[in-house]
Amino acid sequence: MDDFLVFEGLSKSFGAVQAVAQVSLTVRQGEIFSLLGPSGCGKTTLLRMVAGFETPDTGRILLGGEDITDLPPNRRKVNTIFQNYALFPHLSVRENIAFGRRVARQPRAEIERDVDRMLELIQMEAYADRRPDEISGGQKQRVAVARALINKPRVLLLDEPLAALDLKLRQHMLMELDLIHDEVGITFLYVTHDQGEAMSLSDRIAVMNHGRIEQTGAPAEIYEAPRSSFVAAFIGDTNFFDGVASAQSGADYLRLTIEGFPPVLCYNDKGISVGAPVNLSVRPEKFSLSREEPAADPLRNVVRGQVEDVIYMGAQTKYWVRVEAYRLAVTLQHRRFALDEKPITWNEAVWVSWHADDGFMLERYSEADEELMNTPPEEVGEEWAPEESEGDAAGSPAP
Amino acid sequence: MKRGRRAEFWITGPSFGWLLLWFGLPTLAVFLVSFRPADPFGGIGAGWTWATWRSLSNPNYPAIIWRTVWLSVAATALCLLLALPAGYYVARAPRRWRNRLMLLIVIPFWTNFLIRIFAWKVLLHPEGLLKQAGMALGLFTPETQLMYHAGAILLVLVYTYLPFALLPIYAAAERFDYALLEAACDLGSSRLGAFYRVFLPGIRRGLTTAALMVFIPALGSYVIPDLMGGASSEMIGNKIAQRTFVDRNLPHASALSALLSLTVLIPMILILYHRVRGSAPPALRPTETAP
Repeated sequence: MDDFLVFEGLSKSFGAVQAVAQVSLTVRQGEIFSLLGPSGCGKTTLLRMVAGFETPDTGRILLGGEDITDLPPNRRKVNTIFQNYALFPHLSVRENIAFGRRVARQPRAEIERDVDRMLELIQMEAYADRRPDEISGGQKQRVAVARALINKPRVLLLDEPLAALDLKLRQHMLMELDLIHDEVGITFLYVTHDQGEAMSLSDRIAVMNHGRIEQTGAPAEIYEAPRSSFVAAFIGDTNFFDGVASAQSGADYLRLTIEGFPPVLCYNDKGISVGAPVNLSVRPEKFSLSREEPAADPLRNVVRGQVEDVIYMGAQTKYWVRVEAYRLAVTLQHRRFALDEKPITWNEAVWVSWHADDGFMLERYSEADEELMNTPPEEVGEEWAPEESEGDAAGSPAP
Repeated sequence: MKRGRRAEFWITGPSFGWLLLWFGLPTLAVFLVSFRPADPFGGIGAGWTWATWRSLSNPNYPAIIWRTVWLSVAATALCLLLALPAGYYVARAPRRWRNRLMLLIVIPFWTNFLIRIFAWKVLLHPEGLLKQAGMALGLFTPETQLMYHAGAILLVLVYTYLPFALLPIYAAAERFDYALLEAACDLGSSRLGAFYRVFLPGIRRGLTTAALMVFIPALGSYVIPDLMGGASSEMIGNKIAQRTFVDRNLPHASALSALLSLTVLIPMILILYHRVRGSAPPALRPTETAP
């Protein structure tokens, strides 16, 4: 059962806005699959199509081989954890959890037994008779999880389930969700705009932008081998370079011409031929900085630059290094702290180097994606585009 | 907490005082007058008597009270049935439409109540528009009576009090979290099931308010049965008016009023008691802090 939940060419428009465009995906049984993207990227619309709250304009959804595209929500073997949990305020915790089974008119004794088991799973036995307004945010989330899981759904849909919690609790609940997943083994489809959540929880991630899937893969794949500038910039930080492939170097490497740089060596896994334009992405932590010129290594690129900005962050230090037209973001992880070592600081001339395998050539590049990155201003009052507010439900039609 | 209590007293005190002075005491006075004998000149005699209350067992009264109660219950039920879907759809309409729609509901209030009832008289008149149209369509015979019976009273009661049911239901429906309906469907409920299991309990306060807003004035109606009903479809309000203005027997009118007040107050006290017990705000319940 490898192809468990299958999306085939799904599209959906709200008026003139195309929320989901030709999405095809396959979710495997038992995995935690995340839809990750900024608000308005269509991830929530996709989730609501699986739940049955939206009907796709085109395409099909298959669950375990069965076409569920036109089934109403109450006839689908999927359950949802809503963003604000949507617990029924007039029912107690116990009644909330029992809701789905009561609707299904199952024998009372059986329901009671399963509710007790669920209460035990979420460690809420003592709160069974509370109303939702008498429990905390984290407890609400647990009740929402239990209320969904008691129906033994084939897929559990989670719509930004941690967005309503504060940071510490979010991390805690994230680990709890992982534990619950291990316990029940149900397929999770997880929608989030938070790359950290998606990376730490998921088996696989689909990164979405403007209604399309940019890339699907395991978290490490997406981080280390981003296919597009959007993926590279949305997940973690990166540096973009544009250049031209100028020469082949051995069987596997390309020499690139980048303005202001000596020839840059890069691993060529895309079969790019000489003469083609290239967009290169290098993650900040792949760079090394040193005062002295590093020992020559044919596979390392070396360039001179000047430190413009330093932010000390405890575990790491972030540098912004000026190299001609580029301002490189460099992250150095601290390992040993030596009091007598003088750290590299402002205005110092440094050598920047990186391994030829650590540069990644992008298949698609859009200048707009550079806005996604968190670069410090070069002067006071520099214009800054703040992130969209997360309050409006991503992907849903404007009211 | 102590400061809160004191502030509460000063905030609620004046309105309680007002109610006590202008509602509580007069109601008490009405109760007391019902135990006085009537004097022949339309005044209140001296001494105390049970005679008036005993005379309420007159077989006429149970029929009138029964009619008053069933008309009021029916009017309340019909108003709720009509107001529920209307309130739901207005609350789910796009925001800029909601106020316009609610304005349409309130507009009739700009016309005087009596004029609106007379308009119904014109419509339902034996030679009126509706009768003519119904006869032309073959629905009515010349003998069909559209007015002067309990049905006409019920119609106009519903017409008059429908906005009073709509407003609280709309207010509750507008605050309702419609994600809960999705949650119910997600958990296997049909749309109708979600409406009964989640929407109705969710707006129950609006529903009880609406029911009271229709039921209580309907019980005491006097003008509507007077104008729309015939001699055989009086409500208790008509009897009270008759005892006061025609018979000039104040104790008798008071006894009837007291009886009406009791029929209103007793269910209301029961409802309030149930409400307070069933859903007190969290502050009034024993609390344990959630970790």
